Amino acid sequence: MIRVEHLTKYYGDVMALNDLSFEIDEGHVYGFLGANGAGKSTTMNIMTGCLSATDGKVSIDGYDIFEKPEKAKKLMGYLPELPPLYMNETPAEYLRFVGEAKGLKGAELKRQVEEVMEQTNIGGIKNRLISALSKGYRQRVGIAQALLGNPKVIILDEPTVGLDPIQIIEIRDLIGQLGENHTVILSSHILSEVQAICEKVLIIAQGKLVAFDTPRNLEKLMLSSNQVSFTAEASVDEASEIMERMEFAEEYQVEKREDDAVNIFVKTDSANVRDICRQIFFAFADQGNAIIEMEAKKANLEDVFIELTEGSGVEE
Amino acid sequence: MIAVWKHELSNYFHSLTAYIFSAFLLALVGLGAMLYNIQSAVANFEYVLSFVSLGFVVMIPIVTMRVVAEERKQKTDQLLYSLPLKTTHIILGKYLALLVVYLAPLLIISFYPLIFAQFGEVYLPTSFGSLFAFFMMGAALLAVGIFISSLTENTGFAAGIAISVILLNYYSVTLAEYVSSTSLGSAIAFAGIAAVLGFVVRYVTKHNRLAYGVAVALCLAVLGVYALDRSKFEGLLPDIMTKLSLFERFYKFVNGVFDLTAIIYYITVIVFFLFLSVQSLEKRRYN
Ligand SMILES: Nc1ncnc2c1ncn2[C@@H]1O[C@H](COP(=O)(O)OP(=O)(O)OP(=O)(O)O)[C@@H](O)[C@H]1O
Ligand SMILES: [Mg+2]
Repeated sequence: MIRVEHLTKYYGDVMALNDLSFEIDEGHVYGFLGANGAGKSTTMNIMTGCLSATDGKVSIDGYDIFEKPEKAKKLMGYLPELPPLYMNETPAEYLRFVGEAKGLKGAELKRQVEEVMEQTNIGGIKNRLISALSKGYRQRVGIAQALLGNPKVIILDEPTVGLDPIQIIEIRDLIGQLGENHTVILSSHILSEVQAICEKVLIIAQGKLVAFDTPRNLEKLMLSSNQVSFTAEASVDEASEIMERMEFAEEYQVEKREDDAVNIFVKTDSANVRDICRQIFFAFADQGNAIIEMEAKKANLEDVFIELTEGSGVEE
Repeated sequence: MIAVWKHELSNYFHSLTAYIFSAFLLALVGLGAMLYNIQSAVANFEYVLSFVSLGFVVMIPIVTMRVVAEERKQKTDQLLYSLPLKTTHIILGKYLALLVVYLAPLLIISFYPLIFAQFGEVYLPTSFGSLFAFFMMGAALLAVGIFISSLTENTGFAAGIAISVILLNYYSVTLAEYVSSTSLGSAIAFAGIAAVLGFVVRYVTKHNRLAYGVAVALCLAVLGVYALDRSKFEGLLPDIMTKLSLFERFYKFVNGVFDLTAIIYYITVIVFFLFLSVQSLEKRRYN
């Protein structure tokens, strides 16, 4: 569906993208993850023909964005980082213009404008000036604009940034619905968001692709960092002595607390975290030391993200 | 292109810009008609147009300053880039919308000579010839205004530059009389122009080496020609200044000459500056 090949972008002397390649299939929700300045917006701008690349190719359904821009752009709807809205217009006027520019006419134009307004739930404010709308509604108008012309691919750059939690949930639901019959690519730095709505995740750091997989697989990648942290009533020496006897504990840390207890962090590569918790519990109980709190932490996308993006940071 | 055209038009008529422009033009023409045709009892409508032409210095920047600059400021240029539109069509759509805004009051004005003809002898061919030239000159200045607007995202800045450029063009003939017509003076002026061009290239392309290259190459060319045959520069600068004047060519029509070369010159200016505007918009993608 979308092919990005060896994309490189320099802004003057600043390198924003470094030989980025990936391929996107039809009909999934893709998440584009990266720290600030990683190059997410740059990549999206190039994919949608808003920006030239220094080197590399992008094609959508076989149409090269640089050689056949009109054909390629018809297949995509794009919401840039800042929704490009005309402040002195109403959503209805604005959407009519975008629809016409996308080649819609007459009854079809009317029907589609109605449809996207319903989808994004902006029917109630369609005759107010955009300058008078709240951020959430502006974002919706921006998304509505991207949906016009029924494009195969919808690209959204940080669609939920700056919204309140209820709006975020609504927009996420909307993205979920769109994913049923469109290919959706969205960027974010919020990991839980990507984890919740995306079927595949691309992580970029400093303009390079560092991972491309399902959220579940990415977590599996990080299995070795399963952690158990607990608090026991014991002195540091007592706790260390017990921990020394446990062979599954590859690495552990004992930390003294104000009261007569210690915090202990254990790292293990064993997949059965529950079994480990049980062993720790009985080991301490046998010695007459009570465990007053225990938490098993599995690696989540956040750890993957931090490790991958930090890893490439060291490289530079 | 039609979508952009309609959008721009509705914009102008929503934001009052079109009405202000029309009102200003009509008021100026009315004032001119009062001064020349009624008070002095002259039947030549073309004198009114020649009086009004100075008004372009303000009127053109008012309508053109936002055309592209505002899109940049509001970041809506990104929408235009992502829509399946050709850059040429975007600029043409915008330009044609401006032409409509400009043509509307001119249509009303075109009745004036007919009205005056009721009351006395009016030589209509000159009146309408001048009106046509007036339209063409305005159309050329609009193209210049669009280009200036495409250089910046600051509308005030765009208006300021446009006012100075049009004013300079208006007075270029008068200035031409004062500038040195010696070959050395002309050569120095051309070297200066080469340097300015270098700055413009640098501003538009953000490419230092190219800019310096252009400036240095042009300076060397000037120096070379000057060394070989200094008589070539004799009176060249005032000559060129007079030739470049859009207004000077318009006055020929006022004096009753239908000058086809002037019309061709106006069309060339329109095409040239619209082309530059397309390049300037396109350039943004390559920053
Ligand atoms: N117009 C520009 N001129 C110069 N450098 C730029 C420009 N736009 C982006 N950059 C640089 O390119 C790099 C990538 O920027 P980009 O906006 O693509 O990042 P991002 O992943 O979208 O970040 P964010 O999460 O903050 O939106 C950054 O280092 C940024 O400073
Ligand atoms: Mg960004």
